[in-house]
Amino acid sequence: MTVENNFTETETLVKEGTGLKNNVPEAGDLENKWTQYRSTMDLVAPNNKRRIDIIVVGTGLAGASAAATLGELGYNVKCFTFHDSPRRAHSIAAQGGINAAKNYQNDGDSVYRLFYDTIKGGDYRSREANVHRLAEVSRNIIDQAVAQGVPLAREYGGLLANRSFGGVQVSRTFYAKGQTGQQLLIGAYQALSRQISVGNVEMYNRHEMLDLVKVDGKARGIITRNLLTGKIDRHAAHCVVLATGGYGNVYYLSTNAMGSNVTAAWRSVKRGALMANPCYTQIHPTCIPVSGDYQSKLTLMSESLRNDGRVWVPKKKEDVMAIREGRKNGNDIPEEDRDYYLERRYPAFGNLVPRDVASRAAKTACDEGYGVNSTGLAVFLDFAAAVIRYGKSEAISKGINNPTDQQIGDLGRAVVAAKYGNLFEMYEKITGEDPYFQPMKIFPAVHYTMGGMWVDYNLETNVPGLFALGEANFSDHGANRLGASALMQGLADGYFVIPYTIGQFLSKEIRTPKIANDSPEFMAAEKETREKLEKLMNIKGNHSVESFHKRLGLIMWEYCGMSRNAEGLKKGRQMIRELREEFWRDVYVPGSLDEYNPELEKAGRVADFLELGENMMVDALDREESCGGHFREEHQSAEGEAQRNDKDYTYVSAWEWDDNEPILHKEQLEFKNVELKTRSYK
Amino acid sequence: MSDMNLKLKVWKQNGPNDKGRFENYKVVANEHMSFLEMLDVLNEQLISEKSDPVSFEHDCREGICGACSMVINGRPHGPNKGTTTCQLHMRFFKDGDTITIEPFRANSFPVIKDLVVDRSAFDRIIQAGGYISVNTGQAQDANAIPIEKDVALDAFSAAACIGCGACVAACPNASAMLFTSAKVAHLGHLPQGKVEHDKRVQKMVAQMDEEGFGMCSNTYACEAECPKEISVKNIASLNRNFIGKVFKTE
Ligand SMILES: Cc1cc2nc3c(=O)[nH]c(=O)nc-3n(C[C@H](O)[C@H](O)[C@H](O)COP(=O)(O)OP(=O)(O)OC[C@H]3O[C@@H](n4cnc5c(N)ncnc54)[C@H](O)[C@@H]3O)c2cc1C
Ligand code: SF4
Ligand code: FES
Repeated sequence: MTVENNFTETETLVKEGTGLKNNVPEAGDLENKWTQYRSTMDLVAPNNKRRIDIIVVGTGLAGASAAATLGELGYNVKCFTFHDSPRRAHSIAAQGGINAAKNYQNDGDSVYRLFYDTIKGGDYRSREANVHRLAEVSRNIIDQAVAQGVPLAREYGGLLANRSFGGVQVSRTFYAKGQTGQQLLIGAYQALSRQISVGNVEMYNRHEMLDLVKVDGKARGIITRNLLTGKIDRHAAHCVVLATGGYGNVYYLSTNAMGSNVTAAWRSVKRGALMANPCYTQIHPTCIPVSGDYQSKLTLMSESLRNDGRVWVPKKKEDVMAIREGRKNGNDIPEEDRDYYLERRYPAFGNLVPRDVASRAAKTACDEGYGVNSTGLAVFLDFAAAVIRYGKSEAISKGINNPTDQQIGDLGRAVVAAKYGNLFEMYEKITGEDPYFQPMKIFPAVHYTMGGMWVDYNLETNVPGLFALGEANFSDHGANRLGASALMQGLADGYFVIPYTIGQFLSKEIRTPKIANDSPEFMAAEKETREKLEKLMNIKGNHSVESFHKRLGLIMWEYCGMSRNAEGLKKGRQMIRELREEFWRDVYVPGSLDEYNPELEKAGRVADFLELGENMMVDALDREESCGGHFREEHQSAEGEAQRNDKDYTYVSAWEWDDNEPILHKEQLEFKNVELKTRSYK
Repeated sequence: MSDMNLKLKVWKQNGPNDKGRFENYKVVANEHMSFLEMLDVLNEQLISEKSDPVSFEHDCREGICGACSMVINGRPHGPNKGTTTCQLHMRFFKDGDTITIEPFRANSFPVIKDLVVDRSAFDRIIQAGGYISVNTGQAQDANAIPIEKDVALDAFSAAACIGCGACVAACPNASAMLFTSAKVAHLGHLPQGKVEHDKRVQKMVAQMDEEGFGMCSNTYACEAECPKEISVKNIASLNRNFIGKVFKTE
């Protein structure tokens, strides 16, 4: 079937916008900027706080912590989530841990080291002052969580335990088994519940924000749809805080929860907010591979597994075929016929190279035809060597002389179980294969989006009065996020940054009376929202929302995934435009507007992904360098390593979106405290 | 990989005031699918026929958010121990099976549509007192109070509750005791939570009653169906505490 195409061949017409002011305070060195700023900034007096209304959208780590803290301070907070309860936000799924520069292990950690690791890990594409502040407040987060009753892991002496994570050289990751996100979110949810019970926060569950309302250029409210009844409502406030999470689901398959979406952020972009670095996507190397075209999501296997697992594919194509056809399994391949490609290519870091490097190497192995499952898209993660190693040392420590292979295996597996038991169990539940006896099969999957709404030092977007926190903003991770740093950033933003910086805006609003929700701006936004929903309902085409989302995902993965090139990005952009046109002509949304209708919710979200995807392609095309999660095939060394271009691309790309004439605003990044270096893991 | 032909008997109910009925469907699945992916296939089929898809709640699909909630062949979250619906895979069923799927049923969980129920009563129980009263910024250093490893682990085990409501659906009296006692135990184990413990218990139990959840008669059906294997010991210790408290105050 040929698709009728209303679009002409899309040339990248990128208009250069004005430079952006990041409002990093001039005063003070990097180390004391934040403290100094905090003690000199404008405050809102308690009696005035009570007259000020704040809307917080989102109840993940960022939103729940912000809403609770702003409520405690005495503001009138209205908080929204599309979930049935604040506790279900996607943050709940985070497994591994949260970083903090506590230096409890006395292993040389410090605020500066966490700052430096984050800047370097981000491939020198983040803002120094923000990252330093993040490292500073990381310590307060752990204090706060423990005071709330978050049961973080402890040592026998009763003090907090740490583990190391993501290739850094210190142990600074706090954790609660494999459920760190859950426990931290429950802590924030309980603090939020307390503010709801005393009336400082009014909670709106099952309400989805569908538009941002600006009055006289300032963000003054939102339009929501009640997901139970379909009712459209106007909510006014003095300012709006978005903590609506990341947009990894633009790829359809990702490790994100099914409901994660970009709608709140994207509709704000359409009202003038800027989208920063949308092409920076983190693809996590160790996820359970796709098993069929019915697949709905991908499951992460924590990064910690690479401490003991060895990654490999067979050297011989005939072994590959035998494995794919089920005639052989991984254990049948003799040692000399295995290619431990990470150890071969990166002898210094081996299996512990950063996420982006490990993911690309897996892709290369599979592209060359060495993938080890029926789809050809999987590599082995093998614990056999670790089992033997641990088994032998256990035997020695137990005084067993000449242990049998069976004994060594049993002892070794017990050690592996103690370290990774819950992950192995999860793997077995999903795949039906026992990873204690057979190598795991893994493949990279979309996991996190470093890009997001552009914000200044105050976490305020370019729209006055509109703030963005957590994964929804672009602020701290540059082109690649380090493990265990997203939870840290979400809670830093919500507990310890926004409660102060929001005062910079609100201190000028203390004389502003209650914002009316029936001004022409609100009425117009409500009308537009309703019309858009009606339009979706009235297409009555032939294909499900899901089918369009899947097709978009394939385009994104193929042309804007682990590696990108100019030709593919242009083609991908064109394909998205065609798909979008087809969507608006041929999607079928069952049910009606005025009822509980999950298909309608999805339709709106997919419509926005169909626009965001194009923005991502345009951004990736503009960035003629390889950095972090963004790998341009044109910019690699002879050995296939990423090549950054600091001379021309040390800037944040902030897009004012218009699909025919996108405008690129640049924020130049200045590095006064660290020296830009090439990352090497050889 | 062979196809499985399945018959589904699914509860359809259009809102809390509809009487509701079972609807029969046929679906072709395979053993690698998750249970929810099998329902996705059904819904794609229904949408392509322009009929009403089956509404069900889900989000993380990895057993942690607590959104998924359905009774499969008479058991909340289906046949496997310690497993949420979203973690259940089709290889535990066989070709030709008939599978019955119903919502979590309880007066305090009104049906919204089909398999989706309103569990906001749980939020209100937490709002009644399921927290430690500490404002942001008031905390002392995290290592100031050492907590025994085992105590922290006990608190963690209780805190692992995902708020799914299977315990209520499993209970013949639709009691919310397992959920409530898990929160009480989580906070009560920790030194930080001890200060408000008595008040917390009273307020949460009062709210639980107000929401219309039933009495606990120690059938332990809740523990058997809880996907996070929350222990009924928590109920026993809540009861001890509550009764102790009532005697103290009266
Ligand atoms: C499987 C997995 C494991 C991870 N593990 C780790 C880890 O170990 N360590 C780490 O640091 N990070 C980890 N991450 C990343 C981290 O979990 C997330 O980046 C972080 O939790 C995001 O928090 P948030 O508050 O910004 O957004 P979210 O938690 O995604 O919350 C978004 C909120 O916004 C609401 N919302 C969104 N749109 C709307 C709308 N239009 N209207 C109303 N409400 C809306 C939602 O209902 C929700 O409440 C992991 C991520 C995944 C996927
Ligand atoms: S106690 Fe178990 S069954 Fe009940 S809500 Fe918690 S996790 Fe679900
Ligand atoms: S969908 Fe989250 S627990 Fe099942």
